[in-house]
Amino acid sequence: MMEDSKKLEEFQAKIDADVKIEPKDWMPEKYRQNLIRQISQHAHSEIIGMQPEGNWLTRAPSLRSKKILMAKIQDEAGHGLYLYCAAETLGVKREQFLKWLHDGVAKYSSVFNYPTLSWADIGAIGWLVDGAAIVNQVSLQGTSYGPYSRAMVKICKEESFHQRQGYEIIVNLANGTKEQKQMAQDALDRWWWPSIMMFGPHDADSAHSNQSLKWKIKRESNDELRQRYIDKTIHQGEHLGLTFPDENLKWNDKTKHYDYSPIDWDEFWNVVKGNGPGNKARLAHHTKAHNDGAWVREAAIAFQEKQKLKSKIA
Amino acid sequence: MNNNLFTYCLRLGDNGLILSHRIAEYCSAGPQLEEDLAITNVGLDLLGQAESFLKYAADIKGGGTTEDDLAFKRKEKEYLCVHLTEIPNIDYAYIMARQFLMDVYNYYLFQKLTASKDTVIAGISAKAIKEITYHLSRSADWIVRLGQGTDESHLRIQTAFNDLWMFTDELFETDEIEKDLANKGIGVDSSSLKEDWKNKTKEIFSQAGLQTPTIEKHSLAYGKFGSHTEYLGFLLAEMQHIPLLYPDAKW
Ligand SMILES: [Fe+2]
Ligand SMILES: [Fe+2]
Repeated sequence: MMEDSKKLEEFQAKIDADVKIEPKDWMPEKYRQNLIRQISQHAHSEIIGMQPEGNWLTRAPSLRSKKILMAKIQDEAGHGLYLYCAAETLGVKREQFLKWLHDGVAKYSSVFNYPTLSWADIGAIGWLVDGAAIVNQVSLQGTSYGPYSRAMVKICKEESFHQRQGYEIIVNLANGTKEQKQMAQDALDRWWWPSIMMFGPHDADSAHSNQSLKWKIKRESNDELRQRYIDKTIHQGEHLGLTFPDENLKWNDKTKHYDYSPIDWDEFWNVVKGNGPGNKARLAHHTKAHNDGAWVREAAIAFQEKQKLKSKIA
Repeated sequence: MNNNLFTYCLRLGDNGLILSHRIAEYCSAGPQLEEDLAITNVGLDLLGQAESFLKYAADIKGGGTTEDDLAFKRKEKEYLCVHLTEIPNIDYAYIMARQFLMDVYNYYLFQKLTASKDTVIAGISAKAIKEITYHLSRSADWIVRLGQGTDESHLRIQTAFNDLWMFTDELFETDEIEKDLANKGIGVDSSSLKEDWKNKTKEIFSQAGLQTPTIEKHSLAYGKFGSHTEYLGFLLAEMQHIPLLYPDAKW
């Protein structure tokens, strides 16, 4: 016990001095558990997020947009890979993370449970969903766990391209035919609030927040990040003549921030609990792909074993 | 307009266009994340090649035609891809078998096309051959891995090849257009690729412990001449959906 509290003190001193924690370093069990939950949730979000965008890949309306979207989705698969690797350094294997995902034990960002209903949604996802994710991920580059921080640095390099490609789609639509502009407005109407909810509950209601901030797993609170996202996004939409679906949205000269309406937390928690429009389909798709691929993974392992045996004999 | 060159570019472009579309359909359904990444890479390369050839075809056609007009606004009979590219993603074995058969074919085809007297085709092909060389080494690795992996993977990949073999005849089918362009040193007579293709597939099959299916002459009307499988219509209905629904819009 004595030793533990001394270790804990040393650990906190390292954190306070901004020394990164590495996989072999001592860490409190709760710190490890907290990271396992957060990094794997982040990884799951990257790969489940491939589905709503993949939904329009086969209907992308130009060769250029198809190429860009395909490259973007591929990036997200890469992000998932970085993050599973970072999470595995905490002593859990990817297969286990996927099992937790399929069993509903692990979560992923609820925003991906909303349906993509038109091509404009692909623009809205890049502009708003990636736009919100960037704010969070830029902040997480400074997270205290070394592998997570390095994964974030790599990911952030690619994310700004995602936000730009999405915004470019919206710009094209907003400057296009009347129907196209309507399509863009409709997408904004549907994606604005879910994107705001991506930052999670208010600071006062956030279960893990305080400890996470003290251990520098998170560097800024949900509400701080959410406000930064809103502040940077409003002029991008208004500039195009689009209207945000919030009548209370306005610049506050005193706070130097935008004010916004109360968030519908009933909807948020309902989707988190599995009752969003897409929860079941997203999980079912991933589970099926994983199960369908079992024989391929088994074959790859069997082949590798045979090769090892051969090289031993030779 | 040079009709033969136009048709030839459509054939080259459409193979990449349709095969990359099948790969796009497979998005987020791979057996593991590494494969999602790798197969998307292949899809992106093929889509890029398609874009280049369709852009060249559009330039030849002139009158303001764009590569998107050709990709999205032709009638089914005007697409000139081979049947093999149209085969759906039945399972991972079919996907890899389809890919491997096309990769071997593209490898020898584009090697020759890098020497085309048409500088645009030579230029596109010089870039493409580097990509295809990687595609082939990847798909060949998988064929060996699946052939030698487990009993199940062996059976599945052998079954896929048995089923797809009937579509390989078309790859070496030639016509006056190809012969004309081959004579001029611009294109390649497909029948000239058959020996290399046969030897390469045989080599990989023997490493994988797979049987080469017997070639039977099939009574198929070929895709490269505008006759397609039943699969293509559905693929096009999806791919062309937005451009046809909003003919005046730009994206
Ligand atoms: Fe990402
Ligand atoms: Fe992204």
